[in-house]
Amino acid sequence: MNLVLAIFIPLIVAIVVPFLYKSFKHIHTGWFVLAVPLTLFLFYTSFIQRVANGETFSDTLHWVESLQLSFISYIDGLSLLFSLLITGIGTLVVLYSIFYLDRTKEQLHNFYVYLLMFMSAMLGVVQSDHVITLYLFWELTSISSFLLIAYWFHKDASRFGALKSMMITVFGGLLMLGGFVLLSIMGDTYSIRELIAQAPVLFEHDYFTWALILVLFGAFTKSAQGPFYIWLPDAMEAPTPVSAYLHSATMVKAGIYLVARFTPIFAASELWIWLVTATGLLTLVWCSFFALKQTDLKGILAFSTVSQLGLIMSLLGAGAMAYHVEGAAETVFKYAAFAAIFHLINHATFKGSLFMIVGIIDHETGTRDIKKLGGLMSLMPLSFTVAMIGSLSMAGVPFFNGFLSKEMFLTAMLSITEFGFFHFDTWGVLFPIIAWVASVFTFAYSLYFVAHTFLGKHQPDQLPKKAHEAPIGMLVSPIILAVLVVTIFFIPNIVATYFIKPAVIAIQPFLYSTTADIDVHISAWHGFNTELLMTLGIFVVGFVVFMTLTKWQHHYNKMPNGLNFLYDGMMTLSDQGMNRLSNMYMGKSNQTYLLYMLGSFVVLVLGTLFTQGGFAFSTTHTAPVRFYDIVIIAVLVVGTLITIFTKSRLTSIIGLGVVGYTVALFFVIFNAPDLALTQLVIETISVALFLLCFYHLPKNSRKENRMRFQVNRFIISLAVGATVTIVAIAAQSQKLMPSISEYYKETVYSLAGGGNIVNVILVDYRGFDTLFEIAVLGIAGIGIYGLIKLRLDAKGKEKKHAENK
Amino acid sequence: MKTNDVILQFTAKIVFFIIFLFSIHIFMAGHYTPGGGFVGGLLTASAIVLLILAFDLKTVQTGFNINYRLLVATGLLLAVGTASFPMFVGEPFFTHFYDYFELPFFGNTSLHTAMLFDAGVYLVVVGVTLTIIQSIGEDE
Repeated sequence: MNLVLAIFIPLIVAIVVPFLYKSFKHIHTGWFVLAVPLTLFLFYTSFIQRVANGETFSDTLHWVESLQLSFISYIDGLSLLFSLLITGIGTLVVLYSIFYLDRTKEQLHNFYVYLLMFMSAMLGVVQSDHVITLYLFWELTSISSFLLIAYWFHKDASRFGALKSMMITVFGGLLMLGGFVLLSIMGDTYSIRELIAQAPVLFEHDYFTWALILVLFGAFTKSAQGPFYIWLPDAMEAPTPVSAYLHSATMVKAGIYLVARFTPIFAASELWIWLVTATGLLTLVWCSFFALKQTDLKGILAFSTVSQLGLIMSLLGAGAMAYHVEGAAETVFKYAAFAAIFHLINHATFKGSLFMIVGIIDHETGTRDIKKLGGLMSLMPLSFTVAMIGSLSMAGVPFFNGFLSKEMFLTAMLSITEFGFFHFDTWGVLFPIIAWVASVFTFAYSLYFVAHTFLGKHQPDQLPKKAHEAPIGMLVSPIILAVLVVTIFFIPNIVATYFIKPAVIAIQPFLYSTTADIDVHISAWHGFNTELLMTLGIFVVGFVVFMTLTKWQHHYNKMPNGLNFLYDGMMTLSDQGMNRLSNMYMGKSNQTYLLYMLGSFVVLVLGTLFTQGGFAFSTTHTAPVRFYDIVIIAVLVVGTLITIFTKSRLTSIIGLGVVGYTVALFFVIFNAPDLALTQLVIETISVALFLLCFYHLPKNSRKENRMRFQVNRFIISLAVGATVTIVAIAAQSQKLMPSISEYYKETVYSLAGGGNIVNVILVDYRGFDTLFEIAVLGIAGIGIYGLIKLRLDAKGKEKKHAENK
Repeated sequence: MKTNDVILQFTAKIVFFIIFLFSIHIFMAGHYTPGGGFVGGLLTASAIVLLILAFDLKTVQTGFNINYRLLVATGLLLAVGTASFPMFVGEPFFTHFYDYFELPFFGNTSLHTAMLFDAGVYLVVVGVTLTIIQSIGEDE
């Protein structure tokens, strides 16, 4: 089967989903959809063995060949791991949603269409080898996630959350596109594999730093890192299956994928290591701290997700350090990329199950408010067990997979202190401390999550519904994930062989040639060392933080919610600011726009003329001035002045007529009889029409007023006049080639059979112009006829009385 | 009191023909001396305007029962037709033909297809000018 086709299968199935929904009303649409991720999951599992042996697969579908645009599906360890996560968790989420979403109350066809669209997009992101199609799928995930968050679009909060996530992820996505374009210019190829192959050359390029920063923007916004995490908590308004799928297991890991995929290109850079490591670590500690503030279960999980993503991100940053060290130190940083992938798998399993449990609690009790919940342990024993497993794994307690990756994380962070480059010898000591503090908070919120939901006193009067255990169908998915959580703890090295090591090769291709070279061995018991002591410290201090939580939790409310405040402020400011800006220059009278136009005309023309050295003044081509010329010019100037300065409109019209007839005289003395004739007649007609307009002016506006003097208009008028004069002088002073009129003079009789050169030009040499000029006349005539005769009322219907006449 | 414009009306009747003939002359002579379809058309229109001034719109309309919009269309068709005719005989668009013919009464005369095109211009100008004046004049 074609690998590219596999990416598009969900999208193709999405087309028939609405028909299935309409035709089979009594069957939940989810059952039909379930087959899609399941089939794809089984399809991708068939690659595991071969990819573990070091094979890679790729398939190409040409799209626009002349632009070298093609869909290239490339399967190596990294993309296979993500594909399996997407389809595997996708299967579980679809199964869960069948029981979560009510067949009769919800618009299921919308839900599954969006979900399948997202699945295609996500598979496309992780398998694309072409940066442009990678971007295409990237934006498709943004769009489908937007649609899914706003699934209950009648709720204000849903729409707000959807808009916020859209704004932030698309902002990052567009910057990322810029980075991709720079990369493809630098490497002269769109293929990521080819870019990686010439990584050392790219490092020398001027655009390198820009590309790095822009690509990181995309990764950080999508993965909710650094200041961009703010959209994720608001995206929790989505239905729980969506939160579980998109906002814990797949979409937010797209940024992680991007960082991992581009590590071989950018790891050589100090900036990359600093940005990725520090941003990840700061996000980790910041969000684990604020997770304790939340009272909404999904809010806790959202902050927890962001902080866990920060953890993975910082590990990837540390993994990039392996590029710079050799010998013994190298192995430590090899560890980091390994730990990142391991924790990514672990996080997908436990966070998926936790979200599903929250959904179950919401479904069965009617609330997610942690203050109203409590004592559900005996009522919902299965959910409690799953939640317990998930939380303890998240906290990093032994016998769950989170423990293993947490230990590796601490090892990697401790080793950063030994990294001697890029000022890490001075600042590096902070890293394990921050990591440790974050882990303490992680431990505390994990306890907080379980204890305040399932332990304590049951408050039935607070709950909207009577609490009871969920139907078994709903519990299947979280139980499968919980079983995985425990299983992975006992067989970590099998997981490593089949999933982690092939992925690590993709991240650190410069270190290994085959998977056998990766000599990392995970062991649950790793002897008495610093990491173990730190873990014990985390448990003790974390427990103390949890126990004293009620004493200091209220302090959170005193802290300003800085980043959201900033985002809201920015949105309002840009909204109002742009309104004010456009009000400043728009909605004015036509005169103002005219001033803008003429002003820019003056600036552009004069600016060009003088910066390009176009101005010249010479009298070689000028004709001698005659007496008549002076007289006629004097009359012309007087006529113009009368037109401008007179009080009455009638005088103005007559002044204009004077100007027109003088121009006709000009035509006479400059030997243009045809023009003179036409000018005379046309001037007469237009003066008559002006008089007609004057006669029909409304009575109350007929006050005779001199034109008001306005300085800005005066200046602009003078400037326009001066500009035109200067341009005319410059043009007259430098005639570059002889006129074409000699040809007309010679051939007017011999070729065209005429004597009047003007008329022959009009009807013969350049009859084309005349043809369309008479067309213009015709249009003007019909237009005036229509204006006068066709009278419609406001609704566009012909008025009755106009018809009768 | 009803005014009697007998002198004006009588003069207008005479002058109309003079202007009209002059406009035809200007139109016909356009290819060799100043003039042509545009000025000719304007002069013809002004001759009719003179009648409108002397009498009134209704009277002139009964005299010249012409739909001026149709005149515009005819003029445009004539112009386009003249311009595109050469294409049917394998010449480029807008090629003109002329030759000298021995006509009875006129003697040796040159005939030029540019004249047909100019006639189109003439008709359009007359039609447009009178359409405008008539529709404004009829308006209240």
